[in-house]
Amino acid sequence: MNQKTLFISGAGLIILAFVLAAVLYQNNKTTEQSQAVNQNQGITERQGAPIKGPVDAKVTIVEFFDPACGTCRDFYPLVKKLADQYPGKVRVMMRYAPLHAGSDQVVAMLEAAHRQGQYWQALELLFNNQNLWVINHNSQPMRARSLLNSLTLNQDQLTQEMGLPEVAAVIQQDIRDLQSLGVRATPEFFVNGKPMPSFGYEQLAQLVKDAVAEAY
Amino acid sequence: MENKNNLPGVHKGWPILFAVWMVVTISTMGSLFFSEVMDVPVCVLCWYQRIAMYPLVLIIAMGLFPYDPRVVRSAGALAGIGWLIALYQALLVAGIIPESAQPCVQGIPCSETHIALFGFLSIPMLSLLNFSLVGILLFYTHKVESS
Repeated sequence: MNQKTLFISGAGLIILAFVLAAVLYQNNKTTEQSQAVNQNQGITERQGAPIKGPVDAKVTIVEFFDPACGTCRDFYPLVKKLADQYPGKVRVMMRYAPLHAGSDQVVAMLEAAHRQGQYWQALELLFNNQNLWVINHNSQPMRARSLLNSLTLNQDQLTQEMGLPEVAAVIQQDIRDLQSLGVRATPEFFVNGKPMPSFGYEQLAQLVKDAVAEAY
Repeated sequence: MENKNNLPGVHKGWPILFAVWMVVTISTMGSLFFSEVMDVPVCVLCWYQRIAMYPLVLIIAMGLFPYDPRVVRSAGALAGIGWLIALYQALLVAGIIPESAQPCVQGIPCSETHIALFGFLSIPMLSLLNFSLVGILLFYTHKVESS
């Protein structure tokens, strides 16, 4: 065979194999995901996790987030707005995904604030001042802790409860679940157990719209 | 009198070099498949090996048309660097080099593997195999041409 023909056939074959494999893989993944939705629902939600919105809402947006993640900060108001579009029908559950260095201690602070009913205030404080305590993508827990001093709660209790085994257990549970769900980046959303087909606000809004239409 | 060596298709080294090109191109597309289609996280060491491998697709193709066996020199240098990094990572995965010595960012540890083809072939092992094969074939090309 002519060398050029050989070369072009080789290149064509490799590209064809790549495209074919990609299409097959995507198809496979979509089927697997739709099959996994029922199983997912058991582990996407956790009893006692912070919830915004009516308790009896039939649609739940579960967000796995890292307080040090910039995209999580940017999505926070969007998710709130999205839930507000369907009053009484959608609730938002927040779960921890401490993927950045040092974030494990910061989510422990959030969980301790949650125990005193100040979760959302603490979260907004951390998100709004992220540049003060996240340096070069690393969480600085000491800086985060001093930010939370402005919260109106029992500060000594907060410091003490950060180290509770119950708090550590909650965080461990979230980490276990995010690993079983294959979450590798934040934020990751599940709407009634269903993941986004690809990352983006539009995809999330569509997922919520479909879930509301299905449930109500 | 016709000098047969100037005709295309009669260089003994060409098919071997073409085989090298096939190997690096398949490896390149394979690595892109893992990271872009399967969303396997890419650790720092993997990037260093990619830096050594991706250019080989172009460099070797240019050595094939027109055929120039001197491409073995530059390709060999890149393959050697890639092989050393692949070996380092294989030792890391095997636990021979301790965790503390690894230069990876939090969240994507290089000692963690994600895929095990046939139960034992992880991505770092595939990389080591790839660079070894490329090295051997390049050496073989050189030998055939210098004999």
